[in-house]
Amino acid sequence: MTSKILTSILRNHLTKKPNLLRRQPLSTAAAAELSDPQNHEETTAGITMKGVKISGRPLYLDVQATSPVDPRVLDAMLPFYLSQYGNPHSRTHFYGWESDNAVEHARSQVASLINASPKEIVFTSGATESNNISIKGVLHFYKEKKKHVITTQTEHKCVLDSCRHLQQEGVGALYLRRRPRIRVEPQMNGGGQERGIRSGTLPTPLVVGMGAACEVAMKEMEYDEKRISALQQRLLNGITDKLDGVVVNGSMERRYVGNLNLSFAYVEGESLLMGLKEVAVSSGSACTSASLEPSYVLRALGVEEDMAHTSIRFGIGRFTTEEEIDRAVHLTVHQVKKLREMSPLYEMVEEGINIKDIQWSQH
Amino acid sequence: MLRIAACAKRLVGTASFETQFQPIRVLPRFYHERVVDHYDNPRNVGSFDKNDPTVGTGLVGAPACGDVMKLQIKIDEKTGKITDACFKTFGCGSAIASSSVATEWVKGKQMEEVLTIKNTEIAKHLSLPPVKLHCSMLAEDAIKAAVKDYEPKRASATAGTAATGEKSATA
Repeated sequence: MTSKILTSILRNHLTKKPNLLRRQPLSTAAAAELSDPQNHEETTAGITMKGVKISGRPLYLDVQATSPVDPRVLDAMLPFYLSQYGNPHSRTHFYGWESDNAVEHARSQVASLINASPKEIVFTSGATESNNISIKGVLHFYKEKKKHVITTQTEHKCVLDSCRHLQQEGVGALYLRRRPRIRVEPQMNGGGQERGIRSGTLPTPLVVGMGAACEVAMKEMEYDEKRISALQQRLLNGITDKLDGVVVNGSMERRYVGNLNLSFAYVEGESLLMGLKEVAVSSGSACTSASLEPSYVLRALGVEEDMAHTSIRFGIGRFTTEEEIDRAVHLTVHQVKKLREMSPLYEMVEEGINIKDIQWSQH
Repeated sequence: MLRIAACAKRLVGTASFETQFQPIRVLPRFYHERVVDHYDNPRNVGSFDKNDPTVGTGLVGAPACGDVMKLQIKIDEKTGKITDACFKTFGCGSAIASSSVATEWVKGKQMEEVLTIKNTEIAKHLSLPPVKLHCSMLAEDAIKAAVKDYEPKRASATAGTAATGEKSATA
């Protein structure tokens, strides 16, 4: 009952936007136009940054690194930066109460997406912190009785190592089951927020954004999945129609549809990335050095080391278009062909030499 | 197993277990404009017939390490001068640029002379960062390997001409 009232109050909060906001450019495209030109040169001929010249902003296919914020989510967040900026833990005034309401509404939005109770949701700073709390927290809490944790090699680094990671969106949510109850030892001590599991003031705008994102996801998940899956197929077919020696890393059936990790035989991944200046993608591989190793996930998946050096990760999101996929196919095929023309390995294979039979020299 | 142990990255002393848990992978996304230039417009890409008696072929690196270079030189038998050179490289942009530069530098030089080309000169020319120094080392190795491949051919060629010379002398 109370939650229903809260919800209706919050709907009013979220839908009522001050007029001044309407005039702000909210779309990501508009934001791109306004991007700070300080650290790169932008001329009519193109953009120069970090020694790379490109004719325009690259198309973005790296949504597993980070993704643009849905404008609807940003719409929900903005009032909490500009007018409703109270600390959700302030108990003594209206500002605090409305922020608290917003946080609790977001908690219920997150909970309903994963079919949980709002009481089972703990807001954190992100996936890394969530994984740290769940692994270290459980381990420490039960250390007197149980000492073993089972994990898989393909898990994210922060799970394996419970260590830090580059990508920090600033907010995350952790599901802690209530029945039967899972208890964890807090990794962050302080004011006892989030039922003492995660102390620290909650960032209301981010938490509200997370809630709004969960609500959008719940409404559109099916549609998104269908659309993104079609784009994934379009990308794969587009590439394999024109190129041989392309291998999908990981299963095609049991795969998140927004991801496609491909190995292009006889072409080194980093050089391919360098050639794909107009496509923002990521490499699971890297050239030899102390710090650059082929992705441990690919190795755990059983991808051979020489093929792991040839992999590219394509990420497709809600805002990816068919045109972007087609352009990415065109550029990738062109670049792979160019690099194969200068690959001694490709030449050997064409001559009928088995690369694996060669006694490779040390270096 | 031996092949894997041969990679430079292992020799630097990072066991694979440790590297699994390295927090951040630093990809050098900043390339010197010369590297970009050689990558975009590689000089002397191609192949000579490796069975040609005037051609020396150097093949270095390993696919499992992420880079393989093939560098070939064509030698004027009479003068010992390198008249032409070409390469094919599987590797990162720096590896491609290093081998491209190497082919430019060996052209028109004497065989003995190119043996003095140092990886540090290539690295300096391309402003390679420390993690990419092995690319220039590989290019130096490729030049040496090509010369080494040609030497026995030259020896047999000169032995052949010497033999025919003797024959004509006795006749």
